[in-house]
Amino acid sequence: MGRERTNGDGRPEGCALVTGAARGIGAATATALAEDGWPIAINYRNDPDSAGELRERIEDAGGRAIAVAADIGDREAIDGMFEAAEDELGPVLVLVNNAGMRQDGLAPQITAEQWSDVLDTNLSAAFHTTRRALRPMLRARHGRIVNVASIVGPRANAGQSNYAASKAGLIGMTRTIAVEVARRGITVNAVAPGLVDTKLTEGVDGLTDSIPARRTGTPEEVAACIRFLASDAASYVTGTVLTVDGGLSA
Amino acid sequence: MTTAVTTENVERVIFEGIEELGAEGEVSRDATFESLDLDSLDLVELAQIVEDEFGVELDGDAVKDVKTAGDVIDLVVARAG
Repeated sequence: MGRERTNGDGRPEGCALVTGAARGIGAATATALAEDGWPIAINYRNDPDSAGELRERIEDAGGRAIAVAADIGDREAIDGMFEAAEDELGPVLVLVNNAGMRQDGLAPQITAEQWSDVLDTNLSAAFHTTRRALRPMLRARHGRIVNVASIVGPRANAGQSNYAASKAGLIGMTRTIAVEVARRGITVNAVAPGLVDTKLTEGVDGLTDSIPARRTGTPEEVAACIRFLASDAASYVTGTVLTVDGGLSA
Repeated sequence: MTTAVTTENVERVIFEGIEELGAEGEVSRDATFESLDLDSLDLVELAQIVEDEFGVELDGDAVKDVKTAGDVIDLVVARAG
């Protein structure tokens, strides 16, 4: 059923696309998925040097990777990004919606633009990439979508109402799409990192003292969870949120 | 390159698509999707098959009222102009 083509290992032919993969959790995820044998499309917006270096590291280690510049807030750019990945590496069968941004402020002071920019990048873009990725996944009867959410959303963090809304929305979207496509061998899950050492969390206050693990997490620790959710071992895991926060939400 | 939209071509692709989706029962223009045991997700996939083959896009609004294979065939031919 479907038009599944497989490589020599029995895995459907295709690739993994990671948005916002030039650094941080995205870069660690791209590296981890490459180690699992996935050809990788490294999406970046404005850091070609880091994306290029990551591509070289993956290829030096024996993997395949391309770097694809695209602002995922631009819907036309999303189509171009997928076409670039498909032309070089085959259909996207693993999608990691990692690209995100924050523009913090107390609610009375967040501008309309700061609200919409964060929602557009963190939530709407993830929907549009998911919508696009489901097309080949449905035909292949195989797919893994992992959305990088946050513990902020389900949990409050003052000064991040826009960010919290986007991540809470991303979780709702994850669960709903998961049940729509589960019978096609496609899983849709989210990871919810706590405080992780990345550029995005620079300057974020108010959480460190409360972490039971008494430390922040690393991008590699989050990537390991994404790697699991993208793997065959997680084929019966869908519609769930895997929290990676050192116990903060417990 | 997409396939030319003719009623004959569209019927062939739709029937093959329906069979590929694992339809139960005989596939014909009058066969309802319900009788063929095809659900909404199957229709999404059928729309994808149509778009890949003919370049004709069938969005959610387009397919929400289709009940039979014939409805889809006629819709594709009409959309292609």
